[in-house]
Amino acid sequence: MTYSNDRHAGDREFATKLIHFGAEIDEATGASSVPIYQASTFHHFDLEQPPKHDYSRSGNPTREALESYIALLEGGHRGFAFSSGMSAISTAFLLLSAGDHVIVTEDVYGGTYRLLTTVLNRLAIESTFVDMTDFEQVVAARRPNTKALFMETPSNPTLKITDIARVAGWAKEHGLLTMLDNTFMTPYHQRPIELGVDLVIHSATKFLGGHSDVLAGLVVTADEELGRRVKALQNGLGTVLGTQESWLLMRGMKTLQVRMEASERCARKLAQWLSEHPSVARVYYPGLDGHPGKEIHERQSQGYGAVVSFDAGSGEKAKKLLGKVRIPIVAVSLGAVESILSYPAMMSHAAMPAEVRAARGITDGLVRYSVGLEDIDDLIRDLEQALEG
Amino acid sequence: MKIESRLAQIGSREDPVTGAVSFPVYQATAFRHPKLGQSTGFDYARTKSPTRAVLEEAAAQLESGDRAFACSSGMAALQTIFALFKQGDHLIVSLDLYGGTYRLLERIMSRFGVTASYVDTNDLDALESLRTPATRAVLIETPTNPLMMITDIAAVAAWAKVHGLLTIVDNTLLTPLLQRPIELGADIVIHSATKYLGGHNDVLAGLIVTKGQALSDEMAFLHNSIGAVLGPQDSWLLMRGMKTLALRMERHEFNSVKLAEWLSTHPAVEAVYHPALPDHPGHDIQKRQASGSTGIFSFRMKDARTVEPILRHLQLIAFAESLGGVESLLTYPAVQTHADIPEEIRRKVGVDDRLLRFSVGIEHIDDLIEDLGQAIEAAMAEIGGGRA
Repeated sequence: MTYSNDRHAGDREFATKLIHFGAEIDEATGASSVPIYQASTFHHFDLEQPPKHDYSRSGNPTREALESYIALLEGGHRGFAFSSGMSAISTAFLLLSAGDHVIVTEDVYGGTYRLLTTVLNRLAIESTFVDMTDFEQVVAARRPNTKALFMETPSNPTLKITDIARVAGWAKEHGLLTMLDNTFMTPYHQRPIELGVDLVIHSATKFLGGHSDVLAGLVVTADEELGRRVKALQNGLGTVLGTQESWLLMRGMKTLQVRMEASERCARKLAQWLSEHPSVARVYYPGLDGHPGKEIHERQSQGYGAVVSFDAGSGEKAKKLLGKVRIPIVAVSLGAVESILSYPAMMSHAAMPAEVRAARGITDGLVRYSVGLEDIDDLIRDLEQALEG
Repeated sequence: MKIESRLAQIGSREDPVTGAVSFPVYQATAFRHPKLGQSTGFDYARTKSPTRAVLEEAAAQLESGDRAFACSSGMAALQTIFALFKQGDHLIVSLDLYGGTYRLLERIMSRFGVTASYVDTNDLDALESLRTPATRAVLIETPTNPLMMITDIAAVAAWAKVHGLLTIVDNTLLTPLLQRPIELGADIVIHSATKYLGGHNDVLAGLIVTKGQALSDEMAFLHNSIGAVLGPQDSWLLMRGMKTLALRMERHEFNSVKLAEWLSTHPAVEAVYHPALPDHPGHDIQKRQASGSTGIFSFRMKDARTVEPILRHLQLIAFAESLGGVESLLTYPAVQTHADIPEEIRRKVGVDDRLLRFSVGIEHIDDLIEDLGQAIEAAMAEIGGGRA
């Protein structure tokens, strides 16, 4: 796209793309890192030939480097950066109009659920939540006014797997716009556009940024027309990412692969260990034998990710565990260098009514472990003492 | 405490740990919970972030509101406010308004059944004639951009209150230093803080200030749910800019009045729109409701052919969009900021191809007059009009 000082970037392996994404060298000075253009406006040298960038909401060189970077990684046509994952999601949903209906993954992130059921409903966008592991439910949910489908796979926090190609293929037959939240996998593990999805969304606050220091959202569109529509919304609504954040996010993305590899290796061991622990009622991780979506996940993704959820047996036991752990921080969010332990019922999914939560398997005993870069032996020893007694 | 003192002291006593006079940039998204069910007051940066919170607290106080919300741009702030409305709702809006606001209403909100009527908001009869049972709010820009029309905020807010409508005022051009709409009865104040509040053409930001508990709670919910929040670095830069707001505005105002006076006697100029000029139709209202005037004004050339060469011959003044920065910028609204407004509406309000908008910076007034003067002369010579 815009940055073309390396025309071969698209042909290379993922690890190389992460470092040599086309904008990594500043053309003006040769600087080895994209400059932070902390400017809101740009001088027009000539009225007849307006500059490429005229106002930072419409286009900023630093943000644009990030946007072309994520488009390259996802194998999409065009990328967009937003002030948060929710701001990316709310902007994407505004592609719809009043009276339109969208089919959504049942155990979708609590914030997405809240947006659909308390904000977008007022603008007459209708939504139906279905268990997307059950294709028949997806098909049954379609109405004459259905215009879009929103997937999250693995889902949050129970890591259910949706067959992306099958659902996207069906959606295409019926002219539906397909959107997928790829936060848990990142393009390193899963590239939904290659499987037929139209629009990929990230809370880049998580694995892409990777350091719990940047709030950001990203969108990648598969084709030019959709890209043009998202561009009009991003500019019209002004939900853009700042320049400092854009730079920090690119800095984080350079180490995406090494971080994901290390965290995933630990997550697999942790999931296995948890599944053998007598006081753990249930473990949710697509890499475990017996996970109902394992086969589909392996077909469409190159890794299992670094999030493991497990049921400590009861709300009381979960709370006790959270009080006793010493290494992971107990916090909202996930996908960072430090391990983060969350309690969905009171944190990420607190926006969901209790009965809806229960129906989606988000029990009071459920704990979500986002595995960081600490040594796995330390993490296991820590969990062991926390689960004792 | 006077507002100048409050501006200079933004965040200076907020860091309890080190006493740092400049509040730290908390580049953190997640906050550790001391215990389950306990919070430090910060959980996730989208919901509340320490650096942004200091900015928001300051903005609420400066505007005499109850709460403030920092957004990723002025348009993001406006979008977050518009999420208060639902399908079928109707808004009444200033006729001569920022092109981005018009675009948001006509190209996006209209798809969700939220409609808008445009009117000279200073005409109460016209306002009343547009009111329907579905009307929920009136959105005022005063002064408007670019024609500097003035609306009597107290009169509109009183009318709106009688009919249960929200009064929303875009206070970007005057800032709370010069005008505080909530004190005049407004419910919501909005800023493109990219402009005077930031003041350096380096931060893209928006602010919402609300009055009243229920409205503030609703806005907090939307701000968090939609997520169009401002990052910590930009929040810090914005506060840094706000500390010099009073000094900057003083110079912006001085320079803009001098330039307006000079242009109003220039033979190549047809009209100058500056509320500080005694013959400006909104002069008296502006004097009553604001303690000064801003650095922005517009002027109309006699001959449209002079516009392009003027912009080309400028040496000091930049030809760029945006306004409110320390650098002087000249904008051509018909092709830049207002290109999204249909030509017939633009012409109706007076945004034609002879209109230029001047965002006067804080350079020395003599240099500004000299630069604009030579550019006009060169333009006149080019179109064959000889020396002006």
